[in-house]
Amino acid sequence: MKRKSVAVVGAAETTELGLIPNLSQLQLHADAALNTLADAGLKPTDIDGVATAGESPTSVAHYLGITPTWVDGTSVGGCSFMIHVRHAAAAINEGLCTTVLITHGESGRSRIGSGRFGASPASLAGQFEAPFGTMGPPTVFTIPVLRYMKTYGITEEQLAMVAVVQREWAGKNPRASYRDPITVADVLNSRMIAYPFRLLMCCLVTDGGGALILTSAERAKDFPRKPVYILGTGESVETPMVSQMADFTTSKAFRVSGKKAFEEAGIAHKDVDHLMIYDAFAHLPLYGLEDLGFCKPGEAASFIWERNTAPGGKLPLNTNGGGLSYMHSGMYGMYAMQESVRQLRGVAPAQVPNAKISIAHGVGGMFAASGTIVFSNQAP
Amino acid sequence: MAELKRPLPHPTPETQHFWEGTRQGELRLQRCDDCRHVYFPPRPFCPKCASRKVSVFKASGRAKLYSYVISHRPAPGFTPPYAIAVVELAEGPRMMTNIAGCAQTPEVLALDMPLEAVFEKQTDDITLALFKPVKG
Repeated sequence: MKRKSVAVVGAAETTELGLIPNLSQLQLHADAALNTLADAGLKPTDIDGVATAGESPTSVAHYLGITPTWVDGTSVGGCSFMIHVRHAAAAINEGLCTTVLITHGESGRSRIGSGRFGASPASLAGQFEAPFGTMGPPTVFTIPVLRYMKTYGITEEQLAMVAVVQREWAGKNPRASYRDPITVADVLNSRMIAYPFRLLMCCLVTDGGGALILTSAERAKDFPRKPVYILGTGESVETPMVSQMADFTTSKAFRVSGKKAFEEAGIAHKDVDHLMIYDAFAHLPLYGLEDLGFCKPGEAASFIWERNTAPGGKLPLNTNGGGLSYMHSGMYGMYAMQESVRQLRGVAPAQVPNAKISIAHGVGGMFAASGTIVFSNQAP
Repeated sequence: MAELKRPLPHPTPETQHFWEGTRQGELRLQRCDDCRHVYFPPRPFCPKCASRKVSVFKASGRAKLYSYVISHRPAPGFTPPYAIAVVELAEGPRMMTNIAGCAQTPEVLALDMPLEAVFEKQTDDITLALFKPVKG
């Protein structure tokens, strides 16, 4: 792929976030898409590439009146949208299309017009995990953490601090679902969901959506908003079964995807001003900081405890409040990228001063997949 | 009120030997005849070297507790709180299971504790491999 040749020229979320019982999942895609088209000053007929997950790209294209020459329906969980950005950049560079719309919409809380969860009983996860009482992500995504905590001597208090710091960021964001400050004790005393995870260590379940429009960096100059360039991208998958992760203390998909994105961008860790790590549960920022190389194995919990990722810290992390406090519809990756774009446009509610490089790192499934995007507001 | 049952597997041609084994009180794994890699879940080729020359063998049933959560969520066929565990078999592979015959508490469920397979019949066709602490 040619480097630094594609940019985000449109980015927006749904008009509302949180509880939206009056919109179906498909309309959440459309609401986000229409807001994003307005942001970019485009009409649906200007779009010739469509990528989405949750709904099929066919449904989204037809609903919006788009006739694409390129589609991508990669659906590997919440990082699918990072992977769509990666694929869209390649497609634009290859000349398969010029202007790509990536949409997300999910009626995660209201469940209006949304699909069903659950593995087929004949799938490997259906045969070898579901019989043992797995009840969705809170009881599955969380399984590796006790091994991680024992390996590195991480305490439940340290795990709780991840949620405490993110709530501080959420307090600065008027659109965040939860904004009141919390303490480590509040987290540890909240309802037990799946030991060692308490309610406040688990993401929200809300309704919402978001969309991005990408085009070549050359064309990006002519759009109303300041372009946000794609410097590097990565993706990988590991296993559909959390029990079959190669190592419970680190995600292979995270490491592969992160390394690829850093190499492609040609940046060092010290160049990164702002970071988003998909936090469906409180342990994910720990795995993310280590697997992306910001911390050595076992050191991320101390890094967060010492306020390096908090407001005023040297590596602002999950500045929208994250899946733990901002919103989480089910496939959160789109919102992580929206916050990266806001930070680099200089319009985030909790703006990081002079942020030039932001990374959005996503997880898909339950440690099943990963996608990483390095963004910059500096023309390549 | 009828008690809901836990979700049960639908065996496929590639996994039939495993479920036949549990029905007979055996934990069956596969080993590559070329590179000797032992693996799970079942498939008719080696995930390490792609050889189709693989054999099924009876595993020891010995394992260690590798990681778990204790779920407090309602689930058909379970009375919360209950542990959803991953064990590491003596032969190497890991598998998801439940821990039988002990309290479902962090104090009792110590990581790396020795375990052994026990077989719990669900239906005439399906028996699940669970694990219980080895008496010290």
